[in-house]
Amino acid sequence: MQATIVEAVNDALHTEMAADDRVVVLGEDVAKSGGVFRATDELLEEFGGDRVVDTPLSEIAIVGGATGLAMYGYRPVAEIQFSGFLPPAFDQLVSNASRIRWRTRGALNAPMVVRMPYGAGVRALEHHSESLEGAYGHIPGLQIVVPSTPHDTKGLLLSAIRDPDPVLFMEPKRIYRSFREEVPEDDYEVPLGEAAVRREGEDVTVVAWGSMMPPTLEAVEEGDVDAEVIDLRTVSPMDAETVVESVKKTGRCVVVHEGPRSIGVGSDVVARINDEALMYLEAPVERVTGFDTPVPLLSMEDYYFPHPPRILDAMERALSV
Amino acid sequence: MSERESNDRSPSATGAGDGGARYLTQDDLEVPTHRIVAPDGSYNAGAVPDLDDEELRDLYRWMVTDRVFCRRMVNIQRRGELGTFGSTRGQEASIVGSASTLEPDDWLFVGRAWTPMFMRGVPMRDMILFWRGIEEGQKSFAEHNSQIAISIGSHLPLAAGVSWGMDLDDGDAVTTAYLGDGATSTGAAHEAINLAGALRLPALFFCQNNQYAISTNFESQTGASTIAQKALAYGIDAIRVDGQDVLAVYDAVSTAKERVRQGEPVFVESVTYRLDAHTTSDDPTRYRDDEEVERWEEDDPIERYRSFLEAEGLWDDIDHDAIVEEIEAEFDEALAAANEFEQRGVEELFAYVYDEMPPELARQLAEFEDLLERRPEMYDYVEQRPKG
Repeated sequence: MQATIVEAVNDALHTEMAADDRVVVLGEDVAKSGGVFRATDELLEEFGGDRVVDTPLSEIAIVGGATGLAMYGYRPVAEIQFSGFLPPAFDQLVSNASRIRWRTRGALNAPMVVRMPYGAGVRALEHHSESLEGAYGHIPGLQIVVPSTPHDTKGLLLSAIRDPDPVLFMEPKRIYRSFREEVPEDDYEVPLGEAAVRREGEDVTVVAWGSMMPPTLEAVEEGDVDAEVIDLRTVSPMDAETVVESVKKTGRCVVVHEGPRSIGVGSDVVARINDEALMYLEAPVERVTGFDTPVPLLSMEDYYFPHPPRILDAMERALSV
Repeated sequence: MSERESNDRSPSATGAGDGGARYLTQDDLEVPTHRIVAPDGSYNAGAVPDLDDEELRDLYRWMVTDRVFCRRMVNIQRRGELGTFGSTRGQEASIVGSASTLEPDDWLFVGRAWTPMFMRGVPMRDMILFWRGIEEGQKSFAEHNSQIAISIGSHLPLAAGVSWGMDLDDGDAVTTAYLGDGATSTGAAHEAINLAGALRLPALFFCQNNQYAISTNFESQTGASTIAQKALAYGIDAIRVDGQDVLAVYDAVSTAKERVRQGEPVFVESVTYRLDAHTTSDDPTRYRDDEEVERWEEDDPIERYRSFLEAEGLWDDIDHDAIVEEIEAEFDEALAAANEFEQRGVEELFAYVYDEMPPELARQLAEFEDLLERRPEMYDYVEQRPKG
């Protein structure tokens, strides 16, 4: 079938709820309303009110409750309506979900997924536009998955739900419906922790994920650059090997992300390259990112995140040395 | 005697009679709803608050302002002139009755309520700018001690803190935090209300129970039969009021504020209804039926109050059409002023993050300005040009 990213989310949920009756979907407005982005559409009708649950308005209860459900043997898929509303539940991620296995020396685990749309560019209000994968990636024990295509979305979400440890699944909402591609109707997994090479090239490695993939690919096309484009897909744990191998070949690298620059995921990509491929570098690694500012409100949000000219500019800088 | 038994806040132990443990239930608590004007327009004349004719007419005028403003905002949103908008239609009595008690030095944190800011001098232009996603609009909110809280419930600890400061200063002003039924489920609400109860912080928590948090109705939001009763668990006294009755809301909140000025926290639950969608992005037909909405539409708070004004002989002095016309004109003027808001530069993105811009942030700004100059095609990618 031809599907958008948000339809692929919905399809993955239908697929796994039908396959495994331990899968429970919970969150604000996920049942009767089908989710504010319709990601959970028709789940209530198909699987009933015991497995598709409209919760009270409480991120702490949603994430903490999901953790308890998971410890008890269920496979909860919790939705946080917008990524900017996850911070109240940060404590549950830091103090509980990510540590259950460690705390109990493996006696218990928390096989759970917290899904949430992230990123700017949809003309929303304050707290609706954040890209804080760097902050969440700093939590040991938590996996951060960020798909960028409908095909990957379904396969990654199925892997995430089946994974024995907690996954924060960040959905790039700006491109939720911006394109369709073939998504198999059957069951398939895209493994967590593995980057994808979206385009092979010799001159420069460009690393991006999620919402930044379309502008990155556009910049490469427009600039007519022989770039190797890597989609990280899982931010943590990071597939540094794919990046390092590519940089060893190209000698140059640009990393693109939407979140703020400092103490961000891009810093870590640079560090991994320094660790493993410093002597292969022919130019400093460039970072193209959001700014170290809050995401502006809608009138100027389109200035905030990287567009193709910024990405292209950084590629040219990396290639000019 | 154990420490627990010596707790002097606890009543004496029971266990006589059949000796069995007894449940303490919600039925042990009678939670009345304060009302002055009934839905049929009849009213308790002895309970009418002490307001002069002009003030009584003002209540009407502000309720109409709220309704006209919402209608116009929804209309311009549909024309693509706003990102989204959350209408307050149906909640006019709850909003105006409570906000009429505001003094200039009071602090106000609102969830779903815009007219209280107009009542304290915020220009409509700035509210339009806010909903257009222009940060500048919020400057005048702050100048009038007002803020809009988007992250549900997260403002309640702030309200507790501001009232704490007022208490330390022995001030007379009051901090009022508006919240919704949904917010009472958040952790922040519990922690804030508990803090206010424990430290006796003189905050006013004004909860508009408008029956829905997006799609979640009140019955799904909580197992409790009222929100007011939750306050008792935190040691805070509460008033539950009919939120469709502007006089009762005014009376309840005025009464509550007297208590707050004496240094005690108070919780008010105003029972009302959100007639429009949660925001213009929401489709309420997915979760509620038309009959329910119609039932509430029949109990229009503006109409109910009009019955009172008529009975009191005050209606003859009110020219409803002229009021609407005047507010429409005010909105037109505000919209024109908002449209003229001058285009801003990208330095606006970097302003106000810190008192003094750190070197790395200054570097990011300089890099970006340089890029915009060198690569004008950037502007083609900026779908929403800065405008106002």
